[in-house]
Parts: sequence; C-alpha cells; structure tokens
Amino acid sequence: MLDIILSILIILGGFFTLVGSLGLFKLPDFYMRLHGPTKASTLGVGAVLIASAMYFSFKTGEISLHEVLVTLFLFITAPVSAHLMAKAALHIKVRQDKRTLNKSDQ
Amino acid sequence: MRRKAFPHPLLSVALWLIWLLLNNTASFGHMILGALLATFIPWFTASFWQEKVQIHRPWLLVKFVAVVIYEILVANVVVAKLILTRQDKLQPGFLYVPLDLKSPIAIGLLANTISLTPGTVTCDLSEDQQSLLIHALHIDDAEATVADIKNQFEKPLKEIFD
Repeated sequence: MLDIILSILIILGGFFTLVGSLGLFKLPDFYMRLHGPTKASTLGVGAVLIASAMYFSFKTGEISLHEVLVTLFLFITAPVSAHLMAKAALHIKVRQDKRTLNKSDQ
Repeated sequence: MRRKAFPHPLLSVALWLIWLLLNNTASFGHMILGALLATFIPWFTASFWQEKVQIHRPWLLVKFVAVVIYEILVANVVVAKLILTRQDKLQPGFLYVPLDLKSPIAIGLLANTISLTPGTVTCDLSEDQQSLLIHALHIDDAEATVADIKNQFEKPLKEIFD
C-alpha cells in the first residue's frame, strides 16, 4: 500500500516537473518561460519531498522531517529568484511576445 | 538603548525549529544548542531587522497558508493543462495590482505568494510602493484575476500584518 502511494507521488512529481521543463522549452518569450520553473519547483518538488518524508519515516521508523525545511527554503528562494530575473528582464528590455497584453513600456 | 534578551521572539522560535529540523532530531543536546543559536543570532542580526514583525491573528495565518497551498495545487493543474493543450492560444500579459498593504514584510509575502502560484510572476514593485506589476501566463479576464489576488491573498495578509 505504501509503495503504491509513494509511486503515485513520485510519478506525479515527475509529471509536473516534466510539464514545467516542457514549458521552459516551448513557450515563446522569456516572461512566459519563467512560469515553467516556478511551477515545477512547487508541486513537482513538493510531491517528491512528501514521498521522501513518508519513505524514510516508515522504512526507518524514525520520523524524517527535514524535507519540510527543503520545502520551506525552496518556497522562500524560488519566487525571489523568479522576481529578480523578471525585474532584470524588464530593465534590459527583453523582447516580449507580440500577443502580450499591456506590454510593459518598450 | 539596553539590549533585550530576545529582540525578535518570532525569529528566535523559527531559528530553533529550523535547527532541530536541520538535524532531524529532538535530542536534548540539540535543543540546548539550538536555543543558544536562537538567542545569539537575533542579537547579531538585529540591525537588519529594523521593524518588529507582528502577527496579529495567528490563526488567520494558518488559514492563509492552507489557502495558498490549495491555490498552488489548483493552479498547477490549470497551468499544466494550458501548456499541454492550448499553447498557441495563450494570452500572456502584464497586470497592475494596486496595493492596500503598507508593511514591507506583508508586501514581500504577497509578491512571493503571487510568484509561487503557477501562472503569475511578480515582476516589479512601483517606486511609491502602491502597486505590483505581475506577468500572467494566460489572462481570461484581467479584472477577475486582479480581484482574485486581492481577495484571496491581500485581504488576509492585511489583517495579519498591518
């Protein structure tokens, strides 16, 4: 039973990370590509970390909680780096896709 | 000015918990060591923390975290669907979210929350700190998106921190 839950969590994590990477690869402009990694780093990594915490808690009998910290640090740093990249892109006027609404002054 | 033993109690508690989690243990020795670190680190970093962080309604914060996690789950599925199926029909765009928040930590948390939710990334804070510039991957209804952000994220943050 545990194995099934763990497998589902890891596959789910892998799937969302894959979709994030696919977005990073295929989307047309820098700002849109930025959405890929922020996504992968939340649910994708989140699911894998839950699986890791469960695996080590049940297999070794000791509750393993430092995955919580990984999540916490990731949730603090991922948006900050995304924000910095977006701000830098605006500053050096990276090309914006022609469909973009309310193009920021270019 | 006399230095307080605990200039930032919340920071101390957080540091202590993080220390225990880092070591993945609840042994007595680490509790003492963690308590020492939690006492001294806030002393040395006090000058970086000019304002006092105050949480007015802790339960609301718990509720806020739950709402954010739920929103992240929902948005992940929505954005995954967008990327996989309607990639050439995406309507990206920039939005301005006017801010009611005053305290820097609340604005920072709001910006981070927006970036964490898939589909929106915070790009800039206006110089007068009155609005956030965000980029959205797909906009169906610009006003609804802004209203959602204000209702779901900004309102609770305002009650907790301002």
